[in-house]
Parts: sequence; structure tokens; C-alpha cells
Amino acid sequence: MDLLMAISNGELAITATITGLALVFAALLIAKLIAPRSFSVKKAEPYECGIPTRGKSMIQFKVGYYLFAILFLMFDIETVFLYPWAVISRSLGVYGLLSIAVFLFILILGLAYAWRKGALQWK
Amino acid sequence: MFNFGVVTNWINDMLLSVMPQWAATLIECIVIGVILLLLYALLALFYILYERKLCAWFQCRLGPMRVGPWGLLQVFADMFKILIKEIIPLKNTDKFLFGLAPYLVIASSVIMFACLPWGYGLQIIDYNIGILFILAVSSCGVIGILLAGWSSNNKYTLIGAMRSGAQMVSYELSLGLAILTIIVLAGTMNINDLVWAQEDGWFLFKGHVPAFIAFVIYLIAATAETNRGPFDLPEAEHELIAGYHTEYSGIHYGFFYLAEYLNLFVVSGIATLMFLGGWMPLHVPGWEGFNAIMDYIPSVVWFLGKAFFISFVIIWFKWTFPRVRIDQMLAFEWKYLMPFALFNLVLMAVFVALGWHF
Repeated sequence: MDLLMAISNGELAITATITGLALVFAALLIAKLIAPRSFSVKKAEPYECGIPTRGKSMIQFKVGYYLFAILFLMFDIETVFLYPWAVISRSLGVYGLLSIAVFLFILILGLAYAWRKGALQWK
Repeated sequence: MFNFGVVTNWINDMLLSVMPQWAATLIECIVIGVILLLLYALLALFYILYERKLCAWFQCRLGPMRVGPWGLLQVFADMFKILIKEIIPLKNTDKFLFGLAPYLVIASSVIMFACLPWGYGLQIIDYNIGILFILAVSSCGVIGILLAGWSSNNKYTLIGAMRSGAQMVSYELSLGLAILTIIVLAGTMNINDLVWAQEDGWFLFKGHVPAFIAFVIYLIAATAETNRGPFDLPEAEHELIAGYHTEYSGIHYGFFYLAEYLNLFVVSGIATLMFLGGWMPLHVPGWEGFNAIMDYIPSVVWFLGKAFFISFVIIWFKWTFPRVRIDQMLAFEWKYLMPFALFNLVLMAVFVALGWHF
């Protein structure tokens, strides 16, 4: 952490990102140089079951997954609201506890509504 | 404990004495990048061997034994083998997204990796919202997996990616709530402050009952986040071939493999940080002699030892529980784990408000 006083966190985060990208790029480059390459029509087909694929694969998919993603979005935003409270919850004391209890009550009400409506049922 | 910050400070002063500020920063950034890259690759190799050996021992096998002593060099052989494998050019894929997916997955796992507290004074990124930053970056990995499954233009990869997306976003809630429970106790999100707050006892012991419940919730959610153990539906071999990375070949596939192992290390590292004191040695208030002995063990050894132990538990899960179905998995998260985590959060807030924690 003493090194961090010399370099800002933003620069370090950019360094880490570039490191990650460079790792993928360099490894792909090495593989391109030393790996064998060939092309045949059969090899380029999707790996499914041996016979030609029927229909398209990039299709509209089961709505159940989408429903859970929407639910996640709501609850994740609400969790993000909880973070600032969590950091200072000690200094807020009982007053902070009561106000967050009201917030959590509404949150749980939302979950109970989704549950009752059958959104958590996998059909 | 030895403060590694002394060494980095000395290097920084040496560089500043011979060159201007910007050049020193540039050199330090390059050195950090190279070290990060080497550590990432080495730890991934170690983890591959670690898991193969553990899996073998759980099944009364020996695991890799031929290459090097106790098969230690097997992973290096595997690494070179995967590098010289052909990358098969596919016909119907979305070329851009297909190429982009590994970059997203690897970059997100390297950034999380750089946030971990390795030892006293050994930490790279140290935001004041550190733990929230890690959670935010971990969400980017999910996009990579979804892109990989979608762009492959294969029905199995699509199902694998959808399952993976639903699973990872769902269990992220419980993961976040378990971490939130500890933040209520600690009152800070800075990783360095979190470690120092555990100087007189780890949060697992300081936080009374709610911290222990949060630890169990975290372990379950982390297993699901890394697509492992009983929650490995996205890669269910006998249903989906290999899940979202079926169409990737050679080193292209290797990236997903690499990121999977490193994510196991990262979630173990976060569990270590939040519950077992990060690099902080085991301290018992009042036992001065005991604390002094514990301080002699280097902080890096403490951090790695605890992280490897948590990884061992997660690998243990895999060989203990059978794979769950998708509806069971989602019902478990939304109907049991998340309400329970919310309840636990309130419990912790009450404990802290009443001063019942240690």
C-alpha cells in the first residue's frame, strides 16, 4: 500500500486491465505462430451431434431466464442502496436501524409479490 | 510482521532519484503488470494441479504421477500442449463477439486478482470502495460468458450461457448480502482497513452468530458463482457437451479454463479477506506470547494458506454433493438463500446496534 501512495488507483486499475488484455493477445499471438492451421468445411461446422444443424441457433430463448434477470436487476439496485448505509450504520445507531428496516420491509414485500405472482416458479 | 511497503518505497525512491515522476510511474506500472501476469499464470498452473490431485485423492486415485516428481511438471506439459493445439476457424460464428468474450473474462478476473491483499504492504489496487469495486468487476465476467455462448451459434452453448447467466446473477445477490453483513460489522469498504480491523480477531469470531451464518451463505454463493461443485449446470458434460465454451478450441478454450481456476482463487481470497482476516495472523486478545509467535509467520503465507484452505472446501463440495437441477438451483437461491441472507443482515445490524459483537 505504500507503493500506492506513489501511483494513483486509476493508473493501477488501467495497468491491471491492460495486463489482462495483453495476456489474451500475447497467448493468441504465440498460438497463431506455433499452432498448426488447416481448414475443411466439415471441421468448421457447429459441434452438435454429427448431423447438420437444423434451424437457427441464435433464437429467442426461454423467457424464464429473462424473468430472473429482471428480478436480479431490481434486487441488485436495492442492494447497492444498502452499501452506503452499511458503512455508516454504527454511527446512525437505532434511528438508522429503524429507517433501514422500513426499506427492507418494502424490499421483502416486493419479493413476496413476485413469489405470489409465480415469477419464482420454473415453468 | 515484515512490511513489504518498505521495499516498494525504497524502489520508488531509487527510481525517483534518477528520473522524473512520470518515467518512474511508467516503469513501476510495467513492473507491476509483468509481476501480475506471472503470478496469474503461476497460480493458475498451481490450481490446476491442486484440483487434479485433490479430485484424485477424493476418489482414491493418485492423479498425475509420471511427469516430474509427483506429477508436478504435468501442468507445464499441459500448458505447452494447449498452446500448440490448432485454433479451429468456425463458419457460422459472430467473429467479433466470439473473439471479444475471452478478453472480457480474463480482464475481469485479472482486475479482481489485483485487488486482493497479498500481504502487509503487498496490494495493488486499493480503492476506498474496494470490495464494491471487486463485486462490480466480477459482474463483467458474466457478460463474457453470455457473449461466448451466444456468438458460438450452437444450441448447446446457448443453453449453457443462459444457465450460467441466470445462475451467476442470482447468486451474486446472496454473495453481495453476505459481504454487506460484514461491512455492517466493519464499517468500511476499503480492503486495507478491513484487514486492519481484524487485528484483534477475525470477523468470523468477532461477529457472533450472524458472521458465521454469513460465512456459510458466502461459501454456497461462491461455489455457484464459480460454476463449480453441485452448481456446475452450465458445464454439465453429459447434457451440454461442455457448456458455453464448447466451440472454443486450443488456447482460446484455455482462457476460459484459466479464468475459471483464477475465479476460484479470487472468491477464496475474498472469503479470506472478509471472514478470516486477509493476511492478518491469528490473534487472540490477551494472549501476547501467542500473538507474537503468530506474527513470525510471514503475512503472504497466512493469506495463501487461508485462500488454499477455502478452495479446498469448495473442491470438497464438488465430490460430496450431486448436481442440482436448474429449477432446484433457482428456487434454492430465491426462496431460501436470499431471504435468509436479508434476515441475517438485519440480525447483524441489530447485534451491532446493541453492541453484542466482540
